[in-house]
Amino acid sequence: MSIGLLSYAAYLPRHRLGRRVVAGYDEDSTTMAVAAAATALKDQRAPAALFFATSSPAYADKTNATAIHAALGLPDQVLAADLCGTGRSGYAAIRSAAQTGGLAVCGDVRVGRPGSSDEKFGGDGAAALLFGEGKPIAEVLGTASRTEEFLDRWRAPHSVTGQQWEERFGAERYTRLIRATAADALNAAGLADADHVALACPNTAIVKRAATLVKGQKSVVTSPIGFSGAADAAIAMSAVLDTAEPGDTILVLSATDGCDALVLRATERLSEARQPVPVAQQRDGGLAVPALTYLSWRGLVELEPPRRPEPDRVAAPPASRAVSWKFGLTGTRCEACGFVHIPPARVCRKCAALDRMSPAPVAGLAGTVVTYTVDRLAYSPSPPMIQAVIDVDGGGRCTVEVTDAEPDALHVGARVRFSFRRLFTAGDVHDYFWKAVLTHGQ
Amino acid sequence: MASNGIPGRVAVIGMGCSRFGERWDASTEDLILEAYTECLASAGITRDDVDAYWLGTLSSGMSGLTLSRALGSDDKPVTRVENMCASGSEAFRNACYAVAAGAYDVVMAVGVEKLKDSGFSGLLRQDPPGDGTAPEISMTAPAAFSLLDPAYCAKYGTHPDEMRDAMTHVAWKNHDNGSRNPKAQFRSPVAKDTISKAPKVAGRLGVFDCSGVSDGAACALIVPAERAHEYTETPMYVAALSLVAASGRGALDPAYDYTTFPEVVRSAKDAYAQAGIDDPRTQLSLAEVHDCFTPTEIVLMEDLGFTAPGQAVKDVLAGEFDADGRLPVNPDGGLKSFGHPVGASGLRMLYEAWLQFRGEAGERQLTDPHTALTHNLGGRPGGCVSFVSIVTRERNH
Repeated sequence: MSIGLLSYAAYLPRHRLGRRVVAGYDEDSTTMAVAAAATALKDQRAPAALFFATSSPAYADKTNATAIHAALGLPDQVLAADLCGTGRSGYAAIRSAAQTGGLAVCGDVRVGRPGSSDEKFGGDGAAALLFGEGKPIAEVLGTASRTEEFLDRWRAPHSVTGQQWEERFGAERYTRLIRATAADALNAAGLADADHVALACPNTAIVKRAATLVKGQKSVVTSPIGFSGAADAAIAMSAVLDTAEPGDTILVLSATDGCDALVLRATERLSEARQPVPVAQQRDGGLAVPALTYLSWRGLVELEPPRRPEPDRVAAPPASRAVSWKFGLTGTRCEACGFVHIPPARVCRKCAALDRMSPAPVAGLAGTVVTYTVDRLAYSPSPPMIQAVIDVDGGGRCTVEVTDAEPDALHVGARVRFSFRRLFTAGDVHDYFWKAVLTHGQ
Repeated sequence: MASNGIPGRVAVIGMGCSRFGERWDASTEDLILEAYTECLASAGITRDDVDAYWLGTLSSGMSGLTLSRALGSDDKPVTRVENMCASGSEAFRNACYAVAAGAYDVVMAVGVEKLKDSGFSGLLRQDPPGDGTAPEISMTAPAAFSLLDPAYCAKYGTHPDEMRDAMTHVAWKNHDNGSRNPKAQFRSPVAKDTISKAPKVAGRLGVFDCSGVSDGAACALIVPAERAHEYTETPMYVAALSLVAASGRGALDPAYDYTTFPEVVRSAKDAYAQAGIDDPRTQLSLAEVHDCFTPTEIVLMEDLGFTAPGQAVKDVLAGEFDADGRLPVNPDGGLKSFGHPVGASGLRMLYEAWLQFRGEAGERQLTDPHTALTHNLGGRPGGCVSFVSIVTRERNH
């Protein structure tokens, strides 16, 4: 059997700086990748491999894909690796997954200097593409690549914000590269042109002229959230897959330091296997974030913290022992009486049975608020902290933070689901864990 | 399964309590010595008459050395205990057992906490290295106890405004009581408007719904009951001591509704059985309860059996637990206005019963008090330790 695209999903964070889609203070490329990947993997078999691409890795010298792997609860035999760099890394993840089978997941938090076009026209988000054997939603018809060394955009490894050469220089280079690579890919696919073109490029002059560069019979689209780095191509591709008809051909062009292209044809299965919430719907609405708050989230200004000590660094051995709990939000269910323990316990709190527990995964379940509070005293990277006691559908109770919510949006009985987040960072160690988010009729 | 207690076996023959508050002037050692000096004097004994010590503190020092160094007491056994906000009661409980067992003749229980030197607001935690997932490492105490408010309103259909009024009444009452207590951290009455409109700390809890973060120390001298009159004509007898530690099931169990502390219900039942109390509403003269936050005191009125479940808001608003009500609760101002130096608080509660029984409570003296309950809690809704004692003016057992 051949390898095709089996599923896809994009994740756009809820917060908006004006119209700009921005990740919350507790989100990073890893957490957004988990959100996209979890949706793409729903009702699917575990992927052969996991390739994570980002230009904003949460860690260096430590693989970020392993946290995603753990949060998804994947078997430990599955390779999980990072491709950190640029939009090229995003494409490399997609091509690797398309060739050998696997999950390509791309996530990025793009930061611009205050007032810059990067701040205004960039976007944060993630998307996941699952390739493998089985009944595909799209077949791969061909690929092509061109690599070229030139200076259009760059960023020092320790700098939060990047820079760009005079835009027209890069635009001239990319125009040539995009046309040539598109022609190669369409040739390889045996097509004259494609129904849909998804174009990703960090050069805004190229993005503005996308429709004049490459012909699409039905549409030429760029990312609906603006340039999102390593996630740009995958998000644009997800937006196309939201609307493409079975039989449509799709040319994905990712132009960063060269140009890469992938040609797909949607199958009959696409119409019944689209992601549950289309990119356009995720793009709408959102929670407005004040500019000062946003800048504090990105470390560009420092706000007065609550008069409370910062939390301690997470310790490696307990985090490792609790990996299925901390990363996978898996509790235990007593085999003797059925009582669910979130977090896991060895002795049943209800019937006292010892070591008669089986795993109880709750990450994908919904729950109901029993009681809640807004903690204005607690240390938080973005106060106030909201906490709620949640009864999980099917059994079990936990107390977790609530995120992406206005404090007055909570009430007893509110419905929530769970989201993988970064609680805080201490000693350069990120405390990854799950929070509750209000369900918005999705 | 038995909780036999030691009713009538031991008695308190001396107590001391420091002034509570922001004691920038005093170290942990100074606070201990302030309470200790008063305690020895009230019993009319000297340091060398004390055979052993129990020290309760959450975080103001490690080991028995914290006390032995402060007192300069050579070669006497000193045990440091920690049971969160009930640490002072734990020191007292274990000291009583040592006397009841006959191991020592004269034992001192000391509780101390020096909170205000940290420079932070509220209580600090010292947690072992962890995986970063436990809600209590991030969620502050006011937030944890504020969970009671929406849950209580939802369960009993109490209008949030009425609940707010009851919370305000608790704070108003305890500040009013504390205004008659020269050792209290806050000694001014506070208007109800000021309380209800205060800046919010967590949930609907404003700053006046929270107990005072405080420095202080308190101590008690315990001897066998039959020897109490060798030291004083007005000893205080220990009728019941109960402690319950929860499995934390409430935080995991959808059957728990955040409107009660099951641990308190169990420890109260145990203490009443030990003391032979079957109607706490009429048999108690006063109660010192763990009013760490105003909703806590409301819920405790039900859990301790002072009123029926769902009735506390009404009874609080009717003034039943005011200083001149049918059962005065926290006549010394409670944690709310006396202040809450964690390790000292359990002993401070007993100190009020001691003063009341001896007629030494000054402006806040109650008429003919004979039986008191102290309730001390450590932890939070969903999982806590709960201590209940019953002390009496007469030796009833």
